[in-house]
Amino acid sequence: MASVTYENVYKRWGDVVAVNNLSLDIADREFMVYVGPSGCGKSTTLRLLAGLEEISEGTIKIGDRVVNDVPPKDRDIAMVFQSYALYPHMSVYDNMAFGLKLRKTPKAEIDAKVKEAAEILGISQLLDRKPKALSGGQRQRVAVGRAIVRHPQVFLFDEPLSNLDAKLRVETRANISRLHQQLATTFIYVTHDQVEAMTMASRIAVLKDGILMQVDTPQNLYNRPDNVFVAGFIGSPSMNFFDATLVEQDGQLMVDGGSFRLLMPAEKTQQLRQYRGREVIFGIRPDDIHSAEFTPPSITPALLRAKVDVTELMGNEIFVYGLTGKKQFVARVDPRTRVHAGEEVEFNVGMDNMHIFDAKTEKALV
Amino acid sequence: MAGYQTSRDGPSPFIWLVNGLGRLLAAVFVPIVTFLVLWQGFIFLRDNKAPQIVMVTVAILWGVGGVALLYLVSNWLVEKLPDAMRRAIQPFIFVGPALAILAWYLAIPTLRTLVLSFQDETSRVFVGLDNYVFAFTDRIMLEAFRNNLLWMIFGTGFSVGLGLLIAVLADRSRFENVYKAIIFMPMAISFVGAGVIWKFMYTYKGEGIGINEIGLINAIVLALGGKSQPWLSLPPWNNFFLIVIMVWLQTGYAMVILSSAIKGIPAELLEAARVDGASEVKAFFRITIPYIQGTLLTVITTIIIFSLKLFDIVRVMTGGNNGTNVIANEFYLQRFTYGHTGRASAIAIVLLLAVVPVMIYNLRQFRERRTF
Repeated sequence: MASVTYENVYKRWGDVVAVNNLSLDIADREFMVYVGPSGCGKSTTLRLLAGLEEISEGTIKIGDRVVNDVPPKDRDIAMVFQSYALYPHMSVYDNMAFGLKLRKTPKAEIDAKVKEAAEILGISQLLDRKPKALSGGQRQRVAVGRAIVRHPQVFLFDEPLSNLDAKLRVETRANISRLHQQLATTFIYVTHDQVEAMTMASRIAVLKDGILMQVDTPQNLYNRPDNVFVAGFIGSPSMNFFDATLVEQDGQLMVDGGSFRLLMPAEKTQQLRQYRGREVIFGIRPDDIHSAEFTPPSITPALLRAKVDVTELMGNEIFVYGLTGKKQFVARVDPRTRVHAGEEVEFNVGMDNMHIFDAKTEKALV
Repeated sequence: MAGYQTSRDGPSPFIWLVNGLGRLLAAVFVPIVTFLVLWQGFIFLRDNKAPQIVMVTVAILWGVGGVALLYLVSNWLVEKLPDAMRRAIQPFIFVGPALAILAWYLAIPTLRTLVLSFQDETSRVFVGLDNYVFAFTDRIMLEAFRNNLLWMIFGTGFSVGLGLLIAVLADRSRFENVYKAIIFMPMAISFVGAGVIWKFMYTYKGEGIGINEIGLINAIVLALGGKSQPWLSLPPWNNFFLIVIMVWLQTGYAMVILSSAIKGIPAELLEAARVDGASEVKAFFRITIPYIQGTLLTVITTIIIFSLKLFDIVRVMTGGNNGTNVIANEFYLQRFTYGHTGRASAIAIVLLLAVVPVMIYNLRQFRERRTF
């Protein structure tokens, strides 16, 4: 159990900067998720902490100890790999006992710990098997078991679910969350799947091109993204973006997207008045675009006329792909809505939840 | 032909008779023609005084064509047989020649050697186990056994050990290919060639006025202020000086095979071990070695077989003198120098029996890894 600190950490390979001036504090017992598209440096960030890669510049601390030059074996961490990396020549029992044996733990204690971990993970009946005789899900659990028997200070997970099928992934996701509560230890988890990140994390760090874009709780990332990248990455389907201008008309601020003009709610007008005339990116989540007949009463609606391109019925909701001007957007509307492709439809946009970003810096203005 | 007789919708007996006779004649006639053609080729090649280039051309055509013709004719004959019979016989048309050659050059000589090993030097009188008693009790033979044991343990040990070490270290170097090429190069040299090279390394000219040492080793010893030594006449150390040559030649082989096995280990496996708390040395012994175990055993057994059969280096360097004799060299001496066929055959059989278990183990390893 320990906190983890990255201070101005860089990782370079020749001219390529994989991790760019990363500073991040991870509290003790936190479940931190690194998320980002492939090649964003999230795995490298994790491997730097594990000691599998050397940092080029900066400091990494586990607890109060600087671990820059500490070899992996002395960092008191455990890691679950994407491929699980089970030792093929050892039984499940020996795979789990390997780390303890290396630490010269007494036999009886090893036995107790391995059996306890196997019990928690439901793999007690597999202890004598070799990894090749296990299914993907079982291997994954053995890999987790190998990590938890050692009671390390920090657990590292490098995309541990990406080799599982969809159903098993959802199941295992819940199991890992439960494990975090049981063990009460710091978890650091790497994934490219924002759903995984949202469902498990106590905080999420979003990375892009080696740069930390934003760190916050899942709810805050969703509600108040700092920039266009985070806004587009978190949430499914993705947020809709429109190039727009802020214009003032009759003393009221409006978002002018060319083919539409949307009235801004009063409290946002206060904050944004200084930006009038500015080119911005207007962002609105599919959830905040409602069909005219099923608009919740609590929102501040603004009318948006659009042509329906495609509809996807999901049962509990309908994804409507609309066209305004040349721009396509997605709306997630009430399943009772009657819309057909080719129709001209009126949508109500919930402007309380809109996002305005600077067109150049792509940073949030509210 | 039985198939035609029992076939209900078959041709009438008369047509069958004509057909059958035709087949019978063809079956006799075609092989005879084939045989004559091949025989004539042989006669031509044996007796002809034609220019060499013509002879060579004819020999190639006759050889290759003859084999093809033989195959075609026998296949044609088998195709005429009823289905069941054809299926049973046809495979032998394909593997038959190889089996025949193997039997002729390998199986029969082995059996003949076995018979000879129970006979005296004239190969006429049976002497029971006398030759084997010699092989297991003679002072020279015991020395050869001891030396082969040395070759087996130290030759194999150092070749594989060094090969493994270099494979592991080179794997972490930027200049891996350069190192590996240099270490592998001696593999291209024949044992006799290597013997000549190393004979110069170990050369000793003796002491006296006007005598200069030309050997590299002695040159180094003298440069360091030592005294020149007759390296190859210093038992028991001379055995080790000879073993060095084999290590020089075989390390490259071990290294290349083991290196490819090491590269087959997933990187995450070693990383997992490191995170689990293994030092580099522990990771090597607990993960790398078990992972490449199969390959390692194959390399070890291959080189053990090699060291048991070792002959060329000893023959070229010392001729087996000064306590460096090995089994294969003693076999050579008995057969070609002393002309004692019986003893030589007994030694050959002993050597065969020593190699066979290792060979069987080696083949099992191959089969486990599906190389066969």
